[in-house]
Amino acid sequence: MSRNRFRGVASGGWGVTVYLLTLLALVPLGLVLAFTISKGLPSVSHLEFFTNVERPVGVPGAGVAHAIAGTLIMVGIASLASVPVGILAGIFLAEYGTGSRWADTSRLACDVLVGTPSIAVGLFAYALLVAPFHHFSGLAGAGALAVLMLPIVVRTTESAVRLIPGGLRETGLALGLPRWRVSLQLVLPAAAPGVITGALLSVARASGETAPLLFTGFGNPFLSFDPTQPLAALPLTVYKFALTPYPSLQAQAWGAALVLVVMVLVINLASRYVLRRQIRLAGQL
Amino acid sequence: MATAAGTTALRATPARPPDRFRTIVAVVAGSAPLALVLIVLVLVQQAVPAVKQFGAGFLVGRDWNPVTLSFGALPAIFGTVSTSFIALAIAVPVGVAVAIALAEQGQQGIRAVIGTGVELLAAIPSVVYGVWALYVLAPWSLQHLEKPISEHVGFIAFLSGPPGQTSLFTASLVLAVMILPTLSAVSRDVIRAVPRGLRENAVALGATWWETVWKVVLPSARSGIFGAVILALGRALGETIAVTMVIGNRYEIPHSVFFPAYTLASVIANEFTEATGTLYPAALVELGLVLILVTVTVNIVALLLVRSTAARAAI
Repeated sequence: MSRNRFRGVASGGWGVTVYLLTLLALVPLGLVLAFTISKGLPSVSHLEFFTNVERPVGVPGAGVAHAIAGTLIMVGIASLASVPVGILAGIFLAEYGTGSRWADTSRLACDVLVGTPSIAVGLFAYALLVAPFHHFSGLAGAGALAVLMLPIVVRTTESAVRLIPGGLRETGLALGLPRWRVSLQLVLPAAAPGVITGALLSVARASGETAPLLFTGFGNPFLSFDPTQPLAALPLTVYKFALTPYPSLQAQAWGAALVLVVMVLVINLASRYVLRRQIRLAGQL
Repeated sequence: MATAAGTTALRATPARPPDRFRTIVAVVAGSAPLALVLIVLVLVQQAVPAVKQFGAGFLVGRDWNPVTLSFGALPAIFGTVSTSFIALAIAVPVGVAVAIALAEQGQQGIRAVIGTGVELLAAIPSVVYGVWALYVLAPWSLQHLEKPISEHVGFIAFLSGPPGQTSLFTASLVLAVMILPTLSAVSRDVIRAVPRGLRENAVALGATWWETVWKVVLPSARSGIFGAVILALGRALGETIAVTMVIGNRYEIPHSVFFPAYTLASVIANEFTEATGTLYPAALVELGLVLILVTVTVNIVALLLVRSTAARAAI
């Protein structure tokens, strides 16, 4: 009898341990958010932080407008390249990819690519898009980001399209539509929320990447909209200023980090909401 | 013969045109494998001068001197491998606990919140972890972990002091936080894939909750969890910016985990834009090549493990 009581107590004890460890996992999230907000807020609370560019030490009125512009341009170009390609590849994996060896290869390559060190992708983009032209450019940065975004778009598109029940396809085919119209005009619109989620998640990932931009986009202290020239980016600003010994520059780093975190978290939470709706809707189809 | 007749009968209806859409999307789906192969090939091609000059000795050399053009990767490899394994040692117990908690059936309310929180942990950019680690985690860990540990058990060689603000250990701590979401999300999926019947059988035989988890669920999800751990290892090996900011960037094999070190990715991040000549950049690219070959191998092994577990559960 006492042996059984011991087993019960042991089980309870382990249960408590498991949940305590789970709470421990959330501590870093809370700490990172708390410090980024408390240290970044003083910088961000001036409107000029969003309209001015960086200033040297001691000059007031510094901002990150150039970095926001650079991030938007590079991520924008990268999305133009990777989202359409990723969606088509995702459609292939979902619509034709069961039991196909080619699809399995592509899927594995995507999953491996997600885990590929981003610094290596930076070296790759440098060799192809910087070295031949003899100068750093926003385009090269966008190229590196596009490679990092592609697998995310492919895999989320695949799972979103898979959620659409077969009946919809059969309806279209029975009406005599060719496969491409069924896929692009019936299935894809039905899966749109999930697909958009994937695109947004890839944008969030790309906006936060520093390593692949170090020797492609490179950074630029001035406001520039020309992707053939070096461009600034929010993560580059954070990285550069955080490592300086000057409190005023460190404050700019925390401010830029806060902008970055808010951007990334908003995109993530929004896409989770959209995805949940998609799953509910697909259930009704 | 019957089949031949059947075929003719089918042929009588107008043949469906070949599915050109399928061909097009199949070709587009080649973009990811193509990118992966291209990355490796381009890095190999860029590393050729260094490979020719140093051969296999590059992997065991301890020098990193751009002036005398003598390069060896061993300290960087050591830093990458040791930070990743220390990070795993810290993150695995926590990550598996999160996975066990999240995979439990029944009331989802609090679990949904925890799940969201852990996934947001994955969304925070590396550079933000870096700033936080540099200004908050590193000073705290120095006062409350590194100093006490090195004072009390400093007689163990690799735990000796005096610790510094930036160290291999601090880098491992940040890495542990950063790989936690991968570890717990993948393990959760694997644990969820354990057939319900197994749990029910254990409970029916009188096993307590913990006995069910420890003796039935975890063993049956073992290879998948192992896959999750290796997947997390791959992430840790390749992490660049946050590690670069706190590891101290000293190119030598440290005697203690509380001393500064260097990793493959950090050397590239710090030195590549300043590298001139042919041999110096080629040596840096070769570091990148070592890194990518290791991570790609690690990832493929991990993915196959995770998939085989999921496939077995589906049957």
